[in-house]
Amino acid sequence: MTAPKTLYDKIWDAHLAHEAEDGTSLLYIDRHLVHEVTSPQAFEGLRMAGRTVRAPHKTIAVPDHNVPTTEDRVNGITNPESRIQVEALDTNAKDFGIHYYPVSDIRQGIVHIVGPEQGWTLPGMTVVCGDSHTATHGAFGALAHGIGTSEVEHVLATQTLIQKKSKNMKVEITGKLAPGVTAKDITLSVIGHTGTAGGTGYVIEYCGEAIRDLSMEGRMTVCNMAIEGGARAGLIAPDEKTFAYVKGRPHAPKGEDWDKAMAWWATLQSDEDAHWDKVVTLRGEDIAPVVTWGTSPEDVLPITATVPDPAQFTGGKVDAARRSLDYMGLKPGTPLSEIEIDTVFIGSCTNGRIEDLRAAAAVLKGHKIKPGLRGMVVPGSGLVRAQAEEEGLADIFRDAGFEWRLAGCSMCLAMNPDQLSPGERCAATSNRNFEGRQGRGGRTHLMSPAMAAAAAITGRLTDVRDLTRENEPA
Amino acid sequence: MEKFTKLTGIAAPLPMMNVDTDMIIPKQFLKTIARTGLGKNLFDEMRYDDNGNEISDFVLNKPAYRNAQILVSGDNFGCGSSREHAPWALLDFGIRVVIAPSFADIFYNNCFKNGILPIVLPQEQVDMLMDDAARGSNATVTVDLEEQTISGPDGGTISFDVDPFRKHCLLNGLDDIGLTLEKAAAIDAFEAKAAAERPWV
Ligand code: SF4
Repeated sequence: MTAPKTLYDKIWDAHLAHEAEDGTSLLYIDRHLVHEVTSPQAFEGLRMAGRTVRAPHKTIAVPDHNVPTTEDRVNGITNPESRIQVEALDTNAKDFGIHYYPVSDIRQGIVHIVGPEQGWTLPGMTVVCGDSHTATHGAFGALAHGIGTSEVEHVLATQTLIQKKSKNMKVEITGKLAPGVTAKDITLSVIGHTGTAGGTGYVIEYCGEAIRDLSMEGRMTVCNMAIEGGARAGLIAPDEKTFAYVKGRPHAPKGEDWDKAMAWWATLQSDEDAHWDKVVTLRGEDIAPVVTWGTSPEDVLPITATVPDPAQFTGGKVDAARRSLDYMGLKPGTPLSEIEIDTVFIGSCTNGRIEDLRAAAAVLKGHKIKPGLRGMVVPGSGLVRAQAEEEGLADIFRDAGFEWRLAGCSMCLAMNPDQLSPGERCAATSNRNFEGRQGRGGRTHLMSPAMAAAAAITGRLTDVRDLTRENEPA
Repeated sequence: MEKFTKLTGIAAPLPMMNVDTDMIIPKQFLKTIARTGLGKNLFDEMRYDDNGNEISDFVLNKPAYRNAQILVSGDNFGCGSSREHAPWALLDFGIRVVIAPSFADIFYNNCFKNGILPIVLPQEQVDMLMDDAARGSNATVTVDLEEQTISGPDGGTISFDVDPFRKHCLLNGLDDIGLTLEKAAAIDAFEAKAAAERPWV
């Protein structure tokens, strides 16, 4: 009899190409996703060593971080450095014969949205990308993690990664979510609970009724931010929803292969009595719509709370909170719902999928954004954008006063022309509120798409439940 | 990769927790296609004002620390993105050792691939080294990877842990890819087996 295993254990064991005595292992990589920012030095390294890409058919590249999201991008990228990076990816994809979605392709978008959309990401796979939010793909029950550029080069050359096994952590969300509470509130609340280093050294498996109830889009939102909790990866066991999402996608298995795959995928759950090194349980009913108040993703509070006093923390967090509030221009005791904002950004690999746009549009429908406020919607891929146009969501955004952009990372990280100016305050659906993340001096509050839409209407951080209650017939 | 064996250098104190990769090297400097030249923008937003002038009280701008090779900092150092530009910027500035109570996973990994030694120590020992580092150019510290020790200016010695495989690579400046390619037969065998079992991949 074999010992009970977690889902992580099973995927790990199925990909172990070599293990040294000290546990240092070579993990075989099924999918390698590549973008323009973290790959040029890796391809250059290959060239200099006269090496090739070992498995070009398992390697997929798409530019996303640097690309402008305005219509005029058809005329080329004006920033010369960004253009050189994107052109370098064009050339590298061609020279090394890997799958490629150029800026002009309707399938182009944020790498973590394109992978699942095209069926590259499948249950039980190992997926890596030179990008920390690779954790997103864990929503399919794939072991997916971010790697550095040296590791990108290593995977290109060998199709393996040198790894030591992480510990297993279970995050269970029991029960049902209350109305107005979404996947983003779950993932932020977990980080608020465990801290940004709480997952360091672990692979997290999310489970429980509230997780099972989420759509695939919602599950991707949850896993996306596993990295903000410090974990190497986040996982959700595949189920009927997963299989239904995957089926028929361009690179999903077909015919006999599909049946064979399903037979294996059906075994991809943690065994009942598997060992967990750490367990965290939250009640779904206890999770509220949340926002961040500081400059770390762990600075999470329900929208009904007030800005905390640094003195209430302990250790290094006292100074960190003081610095955060100073940077954010906030005073302890201020109700979060009184904080006025200048900009709303809806998009990113956390919340740039169709369901996210639907959620935001549902709140915005029939409303205008506060005069003077800047609102930007950036679909996560060209296909999400096309679908949103077909469903009439684009019109709702435009009518409300939002800019309707082309696909890319956009204001999630300000490597492209979409940036905050110093002091500008933004309600954002992205994943990082670090100092300067959205532009030097820019102030970021993270939240769900529905909460961001609510903030756009009132011009301040807003409890979306207040707006949706108003909408209900008397 | 440059070897790391033993280093005697100035330690600079950066007493903050959650030093993230956007602080270490802001995204506007990630547009390079080279690995070098990032040192001048290390900690850019803390180091320079809006006009590009040095902020005099930032630690690496102080005369005593301009040539620091060791950085002592708080919990969860290097959190955030996977950008290897962060260790490249540290290395280009001249930093070869970072000491903290904990590191973010990807950053920690990336350091070893670039000849930087990240050292995890208990908070009390980090506090002690932080005090030593605050003593300016007298804060010369010796880090010996072979012996796994740090010797402070007063002669006290602290031991640290490091993964034996990573230590071996760092001491010898070994290239990971070269090492892995020696196991090509194992990879070939695995690939053939996986292709039969999971032909859809
Ligand atoms: S959307 Fe943001 S977090 Fe996601 S890959 Fe792009 S820059 Fe990274």
